[in-house]
Amino acid sequence: MKRFLPHPVLSLALVLMWLLLTRFSLGQLLLGGAVALVAGRALATIEPEGPRIRLGALWRVVPLTAVVFADILKSNLLVARRILRGARAPSGFVRVPLRLRGPMPLAVLALILTATPGSAWMSWDEEKGELLVHVLELDGTDWPALIRDRYEAPLLEIFA
Amino acid sequence: MSGADLPLWAAVLIAALVVIGSTLTLIGALGLLSLRSFYDRLHAPALGASWGTGAVILASMALFSLQGGTLQLHEIIIGVFVMVTTPVATMILGRAALTRDVADGLIAAPGSEPGSETGGDQSPPA
Repeated sequence: MKRFLPHPVLSLALVLMWLLLTRFSLGQLLLGGAVALVAGRALATIEPEGPRIRLGALWRVVPLTAVVFADILKSNLLVARRILRGARAPSGFVRVPLRLRGPMPLAVLALILTATPGSAWMSWDEEKGELLVHVLELDGTDWPALIRDRYEAPLLEIFA
Repeated sequence: MSGADLPLWAAVLIAALVVIGSTLTLIGALGLLSLRSFYDRLHAPALGASWGTGAVILASMALFSLQGGTLQLHEIIIGVFVMVTTPVATMILGRAALTRDVADGLIAAPGSEPGSETGGDQSPPA
């Protein structure tokens, strides 16, 4: 299994993308599946170890996605108001110590933070395990706690 | 591509989504002009990349699904790619600005001294 399908998540995503881009049919499913298998094995020659994912905690992706989408919407409105009506709170940097490690989980966290307009990933200190985030509206929200509880906790469970 | 064959509720919904998406993108562009520091401006385009794109994609999916009678989902791929690739540019720009500002002494390295959590209000060098 591991040799045949070294990157199951990547291969699955490629099959889904293939089927979305073409018309859904058995032929396209087989063709897309073949492409996904070859691409997975090709990546395995560069990157032998994929991210380790706990299948038992995979359901947490659903509430995490919902939370992220709601947060993105909320922060869109916040940022839009700041641009149109002026600043209500200063912007600034926030340091967030994280327990999360590994390129893949951190990449997902970076994606979440950057997709949310009010916060932007600045830099990551690998030695200290500390993340530097720029926040547009420092209105007293406890950003380190927010990032830890809302995003880091589910990610810690999903990635082994 | 006329909207004449769409029911009214669908036309209103799709039009509203397009207007919301393009308005958010426009506000993001305005923010790029009006926000004061470089780090603040870094946040503005995220409006267009998140729900700006999202609302327009939803409108497109709804329009072509209702017109064609089959579910059209391939717009999702556009959304996924926009969402996955935007952080790359934002992180490169942010880190470049931070490195330069710290090197120029405009901002104390934010990671080095505990307690100092501001610094974003300082203007970048001209």
